[in-house]
Parts: sequence; structure tokens; C-alpha cells
Amino acid sequence: MKKQLITSMLSAALCLAPQVEASPVKVGMITTLSGGGSGLGVDVRDGFMLAVNKANNSDLEVIIEDDGRKPSLAVQIADKMIQKDKVDILTGIIWSNLAMAVVPSSVNQGILYLSPNAGPSALAGKGCNKNYFNVAWQNDNLHEAMGSYANGEEHQNSFILAPNYPAGKDALTGYKRFYQGQLAGELYTKLGQTDYAAEIAQIRASGADSVFFFLPGGMGISFMKQYSQAGMTIPLMGPAFSFDQGILQAVGKSALGVRNSSQWNKDIDNAANKTFVADFESAYGRLPSLYASQGYDTANLILSAMQSSDINDKDAFRAAIRSAQFDSVRGNFRFGNNQHPIQDIYVREVVMQGDVLTNKIIGVALKDHQDAYAADCAL
Amino acid sequence: MSEKYLNRIMIALLVGLPWLAHWLDEPYYVSLATRIAILALAGVGLNLALGLGGMVSFGHAAFFGIGGYVTGILASHAFNSEPIISGFMGTTHMLIIWPLAMLIAAIVAVFIGLLSLRTSGVYFIMITLAFAQMIYYFSISWPTYGGEDGLPIYVRNGFPGLNTLQPIQFFMICCTLLLITLWGVSRLQNSRFGNALQALRQNETRVTSIGINPLGIKLTAFVISATITALAGSLFADLNRFVSPTMFSWHTSGEIMIFVILGGLGRLYGPLAGAGLFILCEALLGGWTEYWQFFLGLLLLGVVLFARGGLIGLLSREQKNA
Amino acid sequence: MGAILFLEQCLNGLQLGIMLFLMAAGLTLIFGVMGLINLAHGSLYMIGAFACAAVASWTGSFTLGLVASVVVAAAAGALIEIGVMRRLYQREHLDQVLATFALILISSEAMRWLFGSYPLYLDVPEIFYGAINLFGVLQYSRYRLFIIVLGLLTAVGIYLLINKTRIGMRIRAGAADRQMTAALGINISLIFTLVFALGAALAGFAGALVGSIQSVDIGMGEPVLILAFVVVVIGGIGSIRGALVGAIIVGMVDTLGRGYLPQLLQLILDPVFANTLGAALASIAIYLLMIIILIFKPQGLFPAHG
Repeated sequence: MKKQLITSMLSAALCLAPQVEASPVKVGMITTLSGGGSGLGVDVRDGFMLAVNKANNSDLEVIIEDDGRKPSLAVQIADKMIQKDKVDILTGIIWSNLAMAVVPSSVNQGILYLSPNAGPSALAGKGCNKNYFNVAWQNDNLHEAMGSYANGEEHQNSFILAPNYPAGKDALTGYKRFYQGQLAGELYTKLGQTDYAAEIAQIRASGADSVFFFLPGGMGISFMKQYSQAGMTIPLMGPAFSFDQGILQAVGKSALGVRNSSQWNKDIDNAANKTFVADFESAYGRLPSLYASQGYDTANLILSAMQSSDINDKDAFRAAIRSAQFDSVRGNFRFGNNQHPIQDIYVREVVMQGDVLTNKIIGVALKDHQDAYAADCAL
Repeated sequence: MSEKYLNRIMIALLVGLPWLAHWLDEPYYVSLATRIAILALAGVGLNLALGLGGMVSFGHAAFFGIGGYVTGILASHAFNSEPIISGFMGTTHMLIIWPLAMLIAAIVAVFIGLLSLRTSGVYFIMITLAFAQMIYYFSISWPTYGGEDGLPIYVRNGFPGLNTLQPIQFFMICCTLLLITLWGVSRLQNSRFGNALQALRQNETRVTSIGINPLGIKLTAFVISATITALAGSLFADLNRFVSPTMFSWHTSGEIMIFVILGGLGRLYGPLAGAGLFILCEALLGGWTEYWQFFLGLLLLGVVLFARGGLIGLLSREQKNA
Repeated sequence: MGAILFLEQCLNGLQLGIMLFLMAAGLTLIFGVMGLINLAHGSLYMIGAFACAAVASWTGSFTLGLVASVVVAAAAGALIEIGVMRRLYQREHLDQVLATFALILISSEAMRWLFGSYPLYLDVPEIFYGAINLFGVLQYSRYRLFIIVLGLLTAVGIYLLINKTRIGMRIRAGAADRQMTAALGINISLIFTLVFALGAALAGFAGALVGSIQSVDIGMGEPVLILAFVVVVIGGIGSIRGALVGAIIVGMVDTLGRGYLPQLLQLILDPVFANTLGAALASIAIYLLMIIILIFKPQGLFPAHG
């Protein structure tokens, strides 16, 4: 697949005479393609490659490798891509802990890193870097949006839960940063936990009027199934991750009606998004996910910078990336001072379309939202 | 080919190839060789408990991780100029970090060993795993040093007279430590202590009856084994410039054990052969197909089914006289 | 209210224990009879869940899915025993560890190749939705109650099979003295294949039952595998009774720890700190339990052979 792609790009290069003397750009994508959670990496890759194939720009070369969700393997691949393949840009990492392993040392070596998914707070505030851009979100953003939405819905007594690890703590902190009501309970679960009977019993007994949860991957699927099987009816809220296109079918009708926050949905009304959704479906035979949209935007951002500047002039190229002159599928998109997005965050509801579960936008939770760490960033 | 020649060839390759890569200006292959040397060192440590002492520790990730975290914590305090305890600001000198990492691992190993060595067989496997799992979950949920996100080491720690940022120089440090350890372990193997340890593995009652205290010998071997693995963990942290709780996970224990078994249980150079094959496969197959783990599995299965005595047993065609 | 919640948590603990028992029974049987450390037991659990999800979505019948999980996992188990394990009984335990580790990699990637990278859909039938009224005071999930009943029935079934049938007698004989049993003209390798397939079937069945309330995902077997090993070791390797007792203890400690440790700590500590510490302690509680038990009973609670 990868080989084919590169050969097709090369053959395209032979046919078309180069218009300008632009330097070629080499992008290394490190992402999770095997084992648990590989669906996210596959989507980022497919979204990214969709944009790359469509642009058919012979100056752009992409190499892709699987990190197996292991931090030390991700570091090894990053070393290889930097030292052997001499890439200019790295991208692709899904998980915050892998990003923390790769990003600081890569950007210190002068490599640009564009994050298509993870946005740990350590890289958004004091630890921001001129070579690091986040094209997705800062980790807290979607949770903050849900907190703000809960106020609007007049929820007074939320029960909140997340796994006991940094992203989980960031999630609940993010929710509480905007939520103004009382807390019926606050719970940290074991990372990778799959049985939530004890937690559901506590929620039932707590008298909560709403439940906010951040349980990515299989944890969220387990929680939601067990929640609805237990006959619970207190409304659920969460960030998009447990409700996104790839995972939603596995959750099944337990997810119907759940409100979730996202910076993207397939029904956002702009030309770029319509093309993306249609092209993605025809290229891969499935609906695009949030992750695919982030991969697609990342590729288009790189392509847009290649139009206006030369990669060998690092300052100019960075400035071009920073100006974000591309048609984001999210509509409005710009970078803040810490090179994280300033964007609208929507509230979506899970609905059934035909026999496929999907999301539709029901409102905007936060407009032109920037993360809470930007002020600490010296850029 | 005899095992002795095979070992010499392996050492020659390990020492020679990185220089060739360095000369060809391919620093990536130098890093890859460094990784192999470090993981082999971790395996040499485990092999002492596993192959010689018959103590199947499924918890050596605990020591590997302790080595890593001691390094990460000392370096990050020094980097941020925050004292760890009043007056001690951490350090970025490998020569101070290594003994500290090994010392702390040794203390933990004495504690774990004293409790675990009351059991044997599968019970020993599981109790060592339990200790490592406890440290793993603790490291994920303890926020001070990054929790699951881990702890970056912004600049590789230093060694007097060398520039450790140069891949080939860092490689020489790791490779030298591996060679010294191999030499030390081979001396140990043939010492009175080593003989007693191997005798204990084969027949504990007989050894006890001639007045040797089995617990003392086993515990000593377990602790030495842990300190070697901790040293490897410290180097691994510097190689990746990053430590994370995955260093404590049971997958890490499993992988170190795989290096040992794959190379050939109880063979001095087994971990080097095992780590070499495993890391090369991971690096080469990973770029070739996204289903690389499938083929890695097939390969491991092939070795275990058709090569008694691991890779070294296969290549040297020599049965180990156990 | 507090007492009812406590009762509900106890039932939850029991249910988790029953699930762990199904996993641990196969593991302990295989170890007891063949002396084999089977790391791939979690993969059989995963295979069962995938088989159930696939058949349930093709046929629309959850029952057929359950049947498929048992059949497919047993077949996979028999295949592994005949193709791989049989060659390794004479080897060191560690060769078996390496072989079964390789099998984990192979089966995970094979499932991903067959079914894709995203989790599969598997839901319980409509009649199991919602809660049932127990003892007039407690609303309890029907499906979890169903799992408890089904699991207890399976436990009784295994007990009868091992202790009251001819096959069971041969299995016990094989576990006690392999060579003597073979010398008596019993086809020991057939017995081994049967035991392995039985253990695999139990794991697959557990996978299907649990898969319908959790996520059917690559790698779903690994955390359960570790828990099942904890259960086997606490109970005493090779002992079915030990596995049952160990499973229920682990289920209870884990569930009650998660439910009550943070609250208990809040009585004496600052709430935020108590939450973090409580969650951390709850996640290590079972390992702590195992260590304590092994310190006092180095052969587990019910040592199988003296």
C-alpha cells in the first residue's frame, strides 16, 4: 500500500514537469497500526493519505511506520526517521504518552512536529516549542466544552469519572474549569478497567442528575453497555472519543441520544468538509471519523505551507504553518500563541441514520476556544 | 561451530558493525546496536537469576524501571534545579546515577527477594509479577513525575571525557558495560558461589545437606541480577531520553525473558543473541508490513519448536551440559 | 441505602469472581494436568468473544453466538495443543512460555486481519436489559444475574465432569501420574488434547459472556489473563475448588476496593488526595492480597498435590 503510493507519486512526478524549484518535503508518520487502539492510527493515516493523494504533489514524500503503542518503539522509529530517512516533519502519534516520548527530543533537533491527535498539557504551556504544532486540540478542550454545555442544560449535580492517569485528571479538571454546579461524585478508575458495576452502583446511589465520563477506547464501550444494560437513565455526557464513527457501531444503541463534544462532525457545513466526507467514503468505503478529519487537516496544512514557502527556510516554513492558510474541514481554524488551535467546539448527539449510528451537531459549546495553558507559553 | 566461536563472532559483530555504520554516516544503525546492547545487558541480568539460579522472575521490569526512573528523576531535578531532598539537586553525571540506580534497585530486590523466595515454581513467577504490577500501577497514578505520560530527559546525561550525544560514543559506553558485565558473570559462574547456585537449581536438598544456606545464595544472585537489570534500565532511559511506566509493565518483564529464552537459557551470550534477533526483527519487519507482529510471532514459534537451546543452541549445534 | 448499595456491590463482586473462575478453571486444569503455563489463554478468551460477535451479527442470535464461542475456542485450543504444545511437554517450562507468547502475537494479529482494527459490536438480548427486583429491596442487572447463574452451573458441571465421570477419572489420573496412567493403556495424549480443548472452551465461553457487556477488542484477553493467573495462584495451582474460592475472593476484593477505598480514605485524608490514593490502592489491592496470601501459604489456599 505504502510502496504503491510512493511509486504512483513518483510516476506522477515523471509525467508532470515541475512548475517551481521547490525543495521536496519528507514527512515521517509514526502511528499505531497494530494491536489494541489501532483503529485510531489507521484513521489518521487514511485521512492524511487521502489529502496527500488528492494533492498529487510530487515534492511531498510520506513514510509510515507502526509504533505498536509502545513508547520505546516510537522513539526508535523517530530516531530512524530523523537519522536515516532525514525527514523534515514528523506527525501521526495518537497517544499522549507516546507524544511525550518523541516530541521533546525531536523538536529540539530542529524537526517540525505536527500533532494530529494528542495534546498533552505539558507541551501546551511552559513546555511549548516553536517547532511543535498541534492540529487537533489541547487535551482539555473537549472536556471544557462539555462542562460549559452542562451549565446551559442546567445540570446541577454531575457525577464525573475518568481513568487514574494524567489525561484522565486533565479531563476532569477541564470539565470542572467550566462547570458551575455541584459534584455528586468524582471517581478515578483503573486504567484499562473493563468492569464498571461498582462505579455504576455508586452513580445510582449518588443522586446525580448527569454523568460526565472520559473513558477512551474499550473502557468507554464497556462502561456505556453496562450503563444502559443496568437500566440507568441519568443523561450521559462525554468527549467525542467514545462516540466517534469507528467505535460507535461497537457501542451500539446504548449510545443513542448521548451528547458529546467535538471540534468536527461530518455535517459541518462547508465545502472542504463536504468534499472530505464524500472522498473519504468513496476511497475507503466507510464514514470518516474525527481522527480521519484530523489527519486530513494535518496533511492539508503541510501542503498549504509548501505552496508558499521552502522547507529549507525553516523560519519561513514555520511562519507559513502558523498562518494556517488552508481550508480546514472544521471551518474556522487558527493557531494561538502556543501553536495550538483556536476553534469552535460543538455539541453533538448520537442518532441513527438508516441502520448506521452517527452524530449530528446540535449546537456550539464554546466559540473560538483557546486552551487554558496558552498564557504560560513564552512564544 | 562451537559456542565459543559463535560468541566471539557475535561480540565482533556487535563491536564492529556500529563503527562501520558510523563510518558510513548511518547513525540510526548505531542507535539500533546501542538498543541491542542495553537490552542484552538487561537480559544478562535476568539470565543470572533465570538460567543459572532457576528463579523465574516475571518481575524484572520492576528493576529495569527503577533504573530508568532513578535516572529520569535525578536528571529532571538537575535540569529544573529543584532539590530532591534539601541540598541535593539531582545530577546529570552517569557515574553518580548508575551506582544510585543500582543501589536503590538492590534495596528493593532484597525486599522482594526475601518475600518471594519463600515460594517456588509458578508461585515465584506470580509473586514477582505481583510486585512489578504494584509498582506499575503506582507509577501510572502518581502524578509527580508525569504518571502515565512519563518523564522526558531533555539532555542525555554526561560521562567525563565523552560526548554522550554522539551516538557512537554513547554506544561505546553501553557496549563496554555489557562486555564488563559478561566477563563478571562468567567469572561468577565458575566461582564457588556460581557452582553452589547452579547446584541449587538442580537439587536443593542435596546442597542444603552439605551445609550451604540456600536462601542466602539465591537472594544474593537475585539482587545481583536485579542491579544489572537496573543498570540497563538507566542506560535505556538515556538512550530514549525518556522514561515511562511501560518500563514497569509485565510486557517489559516478558520481553526481557523472551530475549533470554530466545537466545538460549543459561547460556552466557544467549541474551545478546536473543535481543539482537528480536530488535532487528522489530525494526525491519515494522517498516515492511503493519502485520509485522504476526510474522514476529511465527518466527518465535519456529525457534522454540525447532531449535532446542535457543538460537545459540541452533547455531552451535551443541547441547548445553546442564 | 448504604446497606443496599453494599449488597449490590457484593453481587457485583460475585459476578466478577464467577467470570474469573471460568478463565481460571481452564488455566488451572491445563497446568495441573499437563504442567503447562499457557499465556495464550487470554487469546482463547478473545477468540471466543470474536466468534460470538461474528456469529451473533450474521445470524442475529445471541444463543448461537454463545455456542459458536465454545465450539470455535475449543477447536482453536485443540489445534494449538496438537500443533504446538504436544511438542513441548518434555521441554522446560520456559520454552512453553515463549511459545505461548508467540501465539498471543499471532492470534491477535490474525483477528485484526480478519475483523479490522475497531472493536466489534456484541450486545445482550433484549430480555436481559434492565434490572430485576431481588429480595424486594434491590434492583439488580438481569444480565449480571444471568452470568452468575450460568457461571455457577458451569462450575457444578466441571465438578461433576472431573469427579463423577470416566473421562474425569482419567484426567485426574493423568494429573497425578502421567507415566503410570499411560502404562495402564489410557491414551494420554488424547486426554491432554481434551483437557486443553475444555480449558479453551471455558475461556471462549467467558470471553463471549463478558464481551457482550464489555468491548470485543484486540488485546481484551491480556488484563484478564493476569487476573486469572492471580486467581490460580491464590487458589493453589491445579485445584478447581481453589480456583473457585480464589476467583470469588479476587472478585470481591477488587469490586469492594474500587467501591469503598476512596470513600474510606476520605474520612481521614484530604478528599482530592484520598481520591487519587484510593484509586491507586484499589488497582493494586489484588496484587497485595496475593503477596500476603503467598507469604503465609506459599502453595496457595488449596495446595493440589502435597
